[in-house]
Order: sequence, then C-alpha cells, then structure tokens
Amino acid sequence: MNSIKFLYAAYIATWLIHAVYLGSLVRRYSRLRQQMKELDK
Amino acid sequence: MKRLFPILALLTAVLLIYGLYQALVVAPTERTMGDVQRIFYYHVPSAWTAFCLFFTNLLASLVYLVWKNSKADALAVASAEVGVIFCTIVLVTGPIWARPVWGIWWTWDVRLTTTLVLWLIYVSYLVLRRFSDSAQTPVLAAVLAIFGALDVPLVYFSIWFFRTQHPQPVIGGGGSLDPRMLHAFLINLLAFSCFGAMVCWARYRLERLHREVEEAQALESLLGAPQ
Repeated sequence: MNSIKFLYAAYIATWLIHAVYLGSLVRRYSRLRQQMKELDK
Repeated sequence: MKRLFPILALLTAVLLIYGLYQALVVAPTERTMGDVQRIFYYHVPSAWTAFCLFFTNLLASLVYLVWKNSKADALAVASAEVGVIFCTIVLVTGPIWARPVWGIWWTWDVRLTTTLVLWLIYVSYLVLRRFSDSAQTPVLAAVLAIFGALDVPLVYFSIWFFRTQHPQPVIGGGGSLDPRMLHAFLINLLAFSCFGAMVCWARYRLERLHREVEEAQALESLLGAPQ
C-alpha cells in the first residue's frame, strides 16, 4: 500500500487550511487598522 | 495580556513542531495500516479542538442569552469560526485516511454524517452572523449555537451507540496504544489545543476591534450628518 502520499496530502492540507485562515485574519486586521487610521484623520 | 500573546504563540509553535517530529519520526509505524495511520496524530486532535471550541461557543452563547454581554457574543463568533476551521480539517483528513484503508473516500455512516451535519450547522451560524443585520441576530445565533452543540455529543458517542465503519476510540474504547504512539498523540493533542486557543484569542480580539471600528464609524456618520 503506497500510503505515504496520503499521509503527506493530509498534513499539507491541514497546514494549508490553517495558513489560508491565518492569512485571512491578518488581511482583516490590516483592513481594520486602515479604517481606524481614516477615522483618526 | 497583549505582551503574553507573542510568548504563548512562540511556545505553541515550538509545541506544534515537536508534535510533528513525534508524529512523523518518533511514533512507530502501525502494523496493518502503515504510515497512513500517522494521519491520526492530526485528525483526532483537530476533532478534539473543534469540540472544545464548539463547547466554548455554547457557553459564550448561554452567557450572552442570560446577561446580554457583548464580550461573550464576540467570543461566541470567534470560537464558532475557529471551530469550523478545525472541523473542516477533520472532514478533509478523514477521507484522505479512509481512501487507502477502507478503499473509499466517504461513506454515509453515523459518525461521518453527524460530523458533516455539525460542520453545516456552524457554517449556517457563521452565514447568519455575516449576512443578517437585524438587532436580533446575536439572540438567534445563540439559540442556533445551542442546537449545534447538541450534535457534539451525538458525534462523539455515535461510535458506541451505532454500528459504524469508523474505528472505536483508542483511549477509553478498549483498544491499546504503543506508549510512543500515545506520547506522540498526547503531544499533538496539547499542541492543537493550544493552537486552537491562540487562534480563537486572536479572532476574538479582531472581533472586538471590528465592533469598535463599526461603532466609531456609526458615531462619525451621525455627527457628520447634515442637520
């Protein structure tokens, strides 16, 4: 059974999902900081 | 608390790297499934973390329903969103594990179906929070969260109550685990729990900030509106 590719696929998928989500949090945070700057003006 | 966050994040990262090393290098290869069994070290801790986050969502929703506390409402949103991410990982890694072991990606058995239903309930919760502007949205969402949380014990105990293709739990299910496997599993369980808590914390702070900005924008538009 060539199971190693399934193992890698699962681990890569896990970290890919986390990376995409953490990226979305960083994007949302930067957008909010921008909005806060505009409010301060 | 703000100073504590980077230190805890660094510790969590170290724990996750150590967990990965334990799962891929230290833990022995399982006799019947081979290397694919190592998915277990990510699949089960992800499920555990999702359950903990959904439980947090339930508690926060109950606090909001009783005391109308906006911080509890923000925590409910954060925990549901991060819980959905971990539940997505469970639903992705499960079929990847099932394909070489069962010969199929998916089967409509009780454990798998209830997990999918759980994911759909919390996705509905997030859709409700995202697209409804009504003042009653937090209350409706809190009620939905209570119904969603009812599915968590159903998912967990389904393998005891029903005949299912999903294996029995390795801890408390009558099975035995090699001590090195158990160690790798517990390290990853701790690492994923800490990671889930950290991400939920970050998301909670983001939600609070978002609400502050919205309030400031509303105030500014009120003050700037022509008399």
